[in-house]
Amino acid sequence: MDLKTRALTKSIWVFHAATSPCNNCDIEVLDLFTPRHDVERFGITLVGSVRHADALIVTGVPNYKTKERLKKLYSQAPKPCLVIAIGNCACGRIMFRESYNSPCPVDEIIPVDVYIPGCPPKPEAMIAGIIKLINKLKGKE
Amino acid sequence: MKAIFNYLIFPGLLFSVVIGLMACWIDRKVTARIQWRVGPPWYQNFVDIVKLFGKETIVPQGARGAFLLSPYLGFLSVALVAAILGLGVLSPQKSFVGDLIVVLYLLIIPAAALIMGGSSSRNPLASIGASREMKLVLGYELPFILSVIAIIIRSSGAIQLGSILNHQLNFGSNIASWSGAIAFIVCLACMQAKLGLVPFDMSEADQELMAGVLIEYSGPPLAIFKLSKAVMLYVMPLFLIILFLGKDLSPLFIVGKYLLLLVIIILIKNTNPRLRIDQALKFFWGKVTLLAVIAVILAALGL
Ligand code: SF4
Repeated sequence: MDLKTRALTKSIWVFHAATSPCNNCDIEVLDLFTPRHDVERFGITLVGSVRHADALIVTGVPNYKTKERLKKLYSQAPKPCLVIAIGNCACGRIMFRESYNSPCPVDEIIPVDVYIPGCPPKPEAMIAGIIKLINKLKGKE
Repeated sequence: MKAIFNYLIFPGLLFSVVIGLMACWIDRKVTARIQWRVGPPWYQNFVDIVKLFGKETIVPQGARGAFLLSPYLGFLSVALVAAILGLGVLSPQKSFVGDLIVVLYLLIIPAAALIMGGSSSRNPLASIGASREMKLVLGYELPFILSVIAIIIRSSGAIQLGSILNHQLNFGSNIASWSGAIAFIVCLACMQAKLGLVPFDMSEADQELMAGVLIEYSGPPLAIFKLSKAVMLYVMPLFLIILFLGKDLSPLFIVGKYLLLLVIIILIKNTNPRLRIDQALKFFWGKVTLLAVIAVILAALGL
């Protein structure tokens, strides 16, 4: 593993891309930064500009409008950029599968690195998912 | 040869970067503890910088050359300040005449680099940030220079770091006098604004401008901006120590005074809300300038 990936695993700056969620997942994401879970311990911080991001946190079912935005956001992020799909919506569209306004799931728009299911997933589940992602980057099982 | 070594390695670039990044870590750690969190490990800021150097650099369409040059401009000039101040502390008799003026000018350049970079990146939020930064510079420069003038008057007209230190060695620290104490308070407020920390971080305002002037920067240029912020966090308290607390400059005392100033900065940062730009200007041109003028008058009266 080279220095680049090693540094990346220790300092993941995340950008919160909400593609029309019900806002419940977003609240749980923000929970990660509160004293109880404090992911700054692992070097994870929330950034305001997508140009600073190492990972996109995608929540919600993309609709016709947010689909284009999500594509744009991903192309604006500097590579290597990871994508974390949070919530059942982003993972597989659950009950919005047949909706007239839901063209496709997230992973048909941009490549997703890790799926964290749950409606909404618990913060612990998100941390577990991110650790799986880090292990994947490190090339471990 | 010696000058290059001084600039690039010891009191200059490399040394100040290491100290500055450690200071940034102290900032993050203390902030985390105040918010009842655990906070990042000590190597966090080093890892951040290494990671940023490994990322892609994106240049927005239509950005000018200044977009990529300005971070280096700011960084190299603060590193020069670090070298001058470091040498001034290490061997006061060797400092050259007028280095105080040089330092004052060089300390404006990081803000100028931010303004240049922000306004050449063709992003509306970045240009709002740049215009706020510009107004803020106009706001804090006047009281800052006035309080430095108070110090110059106190040390009988010397514009040399070495003789200011010498004067304090003979007659006691500047902060122990009325004019010095008032000027010190003024400088604390100006330092907070120069470092771009809350309550004066409106040019970067994460919540409204999404990192403002830095919004279009990614990869290595962003890392350079972060590094110059870190070096500023080392340089500004050191400058204040030289101006106001220069009586005892043994290594232990310097570290102690530096940590004290750092903790004051962090506490101000964590206990205040962000001001609007007009409130900040009113604050600097009103109360703070008034205090600075009082300090100059008191210094002229010899108090
Ligand atoms: S997964 Fe559940 S909680 Fe999350 S956005 Fe979808 S509906 Fe809301």
